[in-house]
Amino acid sequence: MGSQGGFGQSKEFLDLVKSIGEARSKSEEDRIILREIETLKRRIVEPDIPKRKMKEYIIRLVYVEMLGHDASFGYIQAVKMTHDDTLLLKRTGYLAVTLFLNEDHDLIILIVNTIQKDLKSDNYVVVCAALGAVCRLINEETIPAVLPQVVELLGHQKEAVRKKAVMALHRFYQKSPSTVSHLISNFRKKLCDSDPGVMGATLCPLFDLITVDVKSYKDLVVSFVSILKQVAERRLPKSYDYHQMPAPFIQIKLLKILGLLGNGDKHASEQMYTVLGDLMRKCDTSTNIGNAILYECICCISSIYPNPKLLEAAAEVISKFLKVGLFFEVVVLCNLYLFCYKIVMLLNVQSDNHNLKYMGIDALGRLIKLSPDVAEQHQLAVIDCLEDPDDTLKRKTFELLQKMTKSSNVEVIVDRMIDYMISINDFHYKTEIASRCVELAEQFAPSNHWFILTMNKVFEHAGDLVNIKVAHNLMRLIAEGFGEDDDTADSQLRSSAVESYLRIVTEPKLPSAFLQVICWVLGEYGTADRKYSASYITGKLCDIAEAYSSDETVKAYAITSLMKIYAVEIAARRRLDILPECQSLIEELAASHSTDLQQRAYELQAVVGLDAHAVESIMPSDASCEDIEINALLPFLDSYVQQSLQNGAQPYIPEDERSGAIGISNLSNQGLSESSTHGLKFEAYEMPKPPVPSRPPHPVSHVSSELVPVPEPSYSRETQFSPPNLPVSSSSAELKLRLDGVQKKWGKPSYSSTQSSSSGYSSSAANGASQLESAAPSTSQPRESYKDLKKVEVEISSEKQKLAASLFGGSMKSEKRTSTSHRASKGSNHSTEKSSVLKSSAASIDETKIPQLLPDLLDLGELAPPSTVAASVDPFMQLEGLLDQKEIISSGSSAVIDSSNKVPDIVSLYSELHVGGQSSQTTLSPLSSNGSDSINLKRTVSGGSAQATKGPNLKEALEKDALVRQMGVNPTTRNPNLFKDLLG
Amino acid sequence: MIRAVIVMNTQGKPRLAKFYDYQPVEKQQELIRSVFAALSNRAENVSNFMEAESIFGPDSRLVYKHYATLYFVFVFDSSENELAMLDLIQVFVETLDKCFRNVCELDIVFNYSKMQSVLDEIIFGGQVLETSSVEVMKAIEEISKLEAASNAISLIPYASGWSRR
Repeated sequence: MGSQGGFGQSKEFLDLVKSIGEARSKSEEDRIILREIETLKRRIVEPDIPKRKMKEYIIRLVYVEMLGHDASFGYIQAVKMTHDDTLLLKRTGYLAVTLFLNEDHDLIILIVNTIQKDLKSDNYVVVCAALGAVCRLINEETIPAVLPQVVELLGHQKEAVRKKAVMALHRFYQKSPSTVSHLISNFRKKLCDSDPGVMGATLCPLFDLITVDVKSYKDLVVSFVSILKQVAERRLPKSYDYHQMPAPFIQIKLLKILGLLGNGDKHASEQMYTVLGDLMRKCDTSTNIGNAILYECICCISSIYPNPKLLEAAAEVISKFLKVGLFFEVVVLCNLYLFCYKIVMLLNVQSDNHNLKYMGIDALGRLIKLSPDVAEQHQLAVIDCLEDPDDTLKRKTFELLQKMTKSSNVEVIVDRMIDYMISINDFHYKTEIASRCVELAEQFAPSNHWFILTMNKVFEHAGDLVNIKVAHNLMRLIAEGFGEDDDTADSQLRSSAVESYLRIVTEPKLPSAFLQVICWVLGEYGTADRKYSASYITGKLCDIAEAYSSDETVKAYAITSLMKIYAVEIAARRRLDILPECQSLIEELAASHSTDLQQRAYELQAVVGLDAHAVESIMPSDASCEDIEINALLPFLDSYVQQSLQNGAQPYIPEDERSGAIGISNLSNQGLSESSTHGLKFEAYEMPKPPVPSRPPHPVSHVSSELVPVPEPSYSRETQFSPPNLPVSSSSAELKLRLDGVQKKWGKPSYSSTQSSSSGYSSSAANGASQLESAAPSTSQPRESYKDLKKVEVEISSEKQKLAASLFGGSMKSEKRTSTSHRASKGSNHSTEKSSVLKSSAASIDETKIPQLLPDLLDLGELAPPSTVAASVDPFMQLEGLLDQKEIISSGSSAVIDSSNKVPDIVSLYSELHVGGQSSQTTLSPLSSNGSDSINLKRTVSGGSAQATKGPNLKEALEKDALVRQMGVNPTTRNPNLFKDLLG
Repeated sequence: MIRAVIVMNTQGKPRLAKFYDYQPVEKQQELIRSVFAALSNRAENVSNFMEAESIFGPDSRLVYKHYATLYFVFVFDSSENELAMLDLIQVFVETLDKCFRNVCELDIVFNYSKMQSVLDEIIFGGQVLETSSVEVMKAIEEISKLEAASNAISLIPYASGWSRR
């Protein structure tokens, strides 16, 4: 068949293709196609179009759609064409509909019938075309309509049809396993089909089935092995050869299946060893497909129960991939795992062939699990790959390096990664590599100083791309020291951090997350070693706030850090001089549109005005690691609540007890029937009554249990408010609130920054109202508990070290830190004894996987006594929790019952704020939205603004900011996202 | 499973695009564009593999081969072997070559439906069906013969004008 292909196209079509080919711009191309669409629209509806012409129109439609234009006007014509009796048209119709329609398209219903008919056709080409359409166009609902026919076709005399029927069934299985679950045995049967092609096709669904459920197919191991053997021995007809390889795709599929079946199963694996060995020996490494099979063998070998001989062979293959050369030979001689080295040979690649290198690196990554020193032998080759200009190869190599990282080589590897990260622009990979760097650095950092420097680099270049948690971890790390009871080391570290940040901060366009870290560290430790004066540090902070004036989060950090520094100064009774620029910054923020910034500014102003004693107690210096116990019940507000209630305020009813969000309180009905309290109320609310009876205050255990049924007109969420749980008191018009309602009045018990502490809280909450007082006194002495935690950590680390030393012969390989703060001092003994390494590494990989999943310090929770857990509260929580800190202080120093008397004046300041109707406390915590629930305020006062939507959507904002930055534009306009808290 | 087969020329014009998971037209265009952008950034003499997760989502890889003015691109997931996919491209091209005798871009442009048939013989529902170009050619020739036959039958009545359904 010549290049005309036997399909006579009209001149028109040729011209179209030609003109599109010659189009010099996208817009010109678009114009041509739009014209074409117009023509087609007109022509296609003309009556009596010759069939050949019609076919061409449909092809032109397909062409138009491929170039990205809408051809939906012609879909119906394509559908019609499938009904045609002419084979040519029918096939064209099927081709077009499979390209045009998806399985849920409305027109499918018109095709199902045709498909049914065609599946029964005695022309096998028609059947094949219909099967093709079945694969693409039949969805879960229509499967039953064609299923019987498809199953019948499994026994068709033409092997091409049988093959396609198997594939169609496979497709059904992929779409909806349940519809064909009773037919799975058919796949097993088809494995024994007389035609090898059908058997090969059957391997595809079997592979899927085995992936899901290995156990039920163990019996097939023997069959698969014998098939593979026969294929490898060239028992198949010549026509299945490809480049002199017998049926390579079948071999590959079989190897994949065997890998699944043999995984962790010694018995099954033993049956495979011989055939695998044969394959590896016979395989021809000069062709691409031969290497593909070799590679698949390696994957299989590394997946099944290990066999030293096979590993040996695999290593050899890798060596070929990578071309290790002389160096390798020596290794082979002295190592037992010769098999592995075969692979390594493949890797070291005689080849300039990048594909082989790629496969070799990948194979190495698989083998390294089994024999970790394989890679070490080939570090040079690996380094070559690393320096290769090919990005794909580089990334693959980084993946490998990540697997072979240990504390002795982490510096080199991470440095490399960072260099690469800086060099690329692709967001996706930059993020990925940054997170890998962070992961490795957290796991293996040889020294804390190095860790901080590394993190600085990562943040500097990819700050907006890494998870904000990493920033929090870094802060926590600097704050908590490193688990060593060595205060001088910690403070040295902090000063070095401060110094490095002061240096970095002058650079332009730093990412927001990094700036947050910088601000926080400067605020906490900037003046700690007295090297820098307070005014110097505050000046820097002001510079940051000014330079990044569009970033509200950074500004919030900066101003809070300012507050900390001033607080330290005041507490140390030094003369406080506020720089004029700081003053103006504070004033500017006090007038900010962001309520958060506003509040921070006002707080700062309030703190500055206090005396040293008060400041000491509300802003203790270097207390970021200390426990903040949050009593979400806010007992210190009880008396205030009670007072308000007596003044006619409405009691708070927790959200989960309010039935129906749209239910409007229908208080006038309340006296009549309490059950029908939520209907819409159409008349106006009555005015608030004056306090009804003035009664003596109740004892605290009954706080706010007596209520007056008067709505508060200014209450902003009245509409969400219905009091279904207010039982009518028989004796008087007063209503009694159920005690459990009282208990939950401060919102959902969801102090969520630490799981453990919140659970501790909720258990106390469940105990009923009498617990009100007892919850507060449980506040432990923060300082002590923190020390406890530290002690626990130290004990663990020394224990671990011992364990590691005994298990791994002093090798530090497997010693990964379970958390950032849990970094034990890394020993200098990296000398690894090979014999022990061999044994240990397999175990170490398993072991090390686990802590990776739990990088959070909070996970130490189970080791530490419950009361100390809160010591690991995210530093951010403490920023947010400043308020609650006061509460703790108060509750710690006095019995909580009438706390408001003894609280430093700042608390009364706050209660004044509430009276003033500002929703102050709720806006304190936009930095992490999950923390905001913890200080869900007295709703009667604060108006219960929606917590969830509070605060800017940080992530989005950061991404946008990053994007802008990336494009080299200094963001001048304010990010709309940051104003969400105003609008929301 | 194979997710997509794309053939495009070195200017980024798609010559064939087949997605085995349904993708809306706009999405297809976007994917083709990003694939082309990624491919045109690659140097000569580098490997034929690319990670495609940033384009096609998790667990997706891409193998491409560059022939004269055309890129052949296969996108697939981890259940396929990269080297094998590379050879599958080879099979596809070899078959086209046999089909058109020294295949060139023009053949592909003008024989769109034929190319689709060839591809359907090699990949079916996202799985590799046949890897022998001889077998594929046999199937294709048989189809053409049958088509021609049925065409001839149907053309006669049309030509003589006594049957207009």
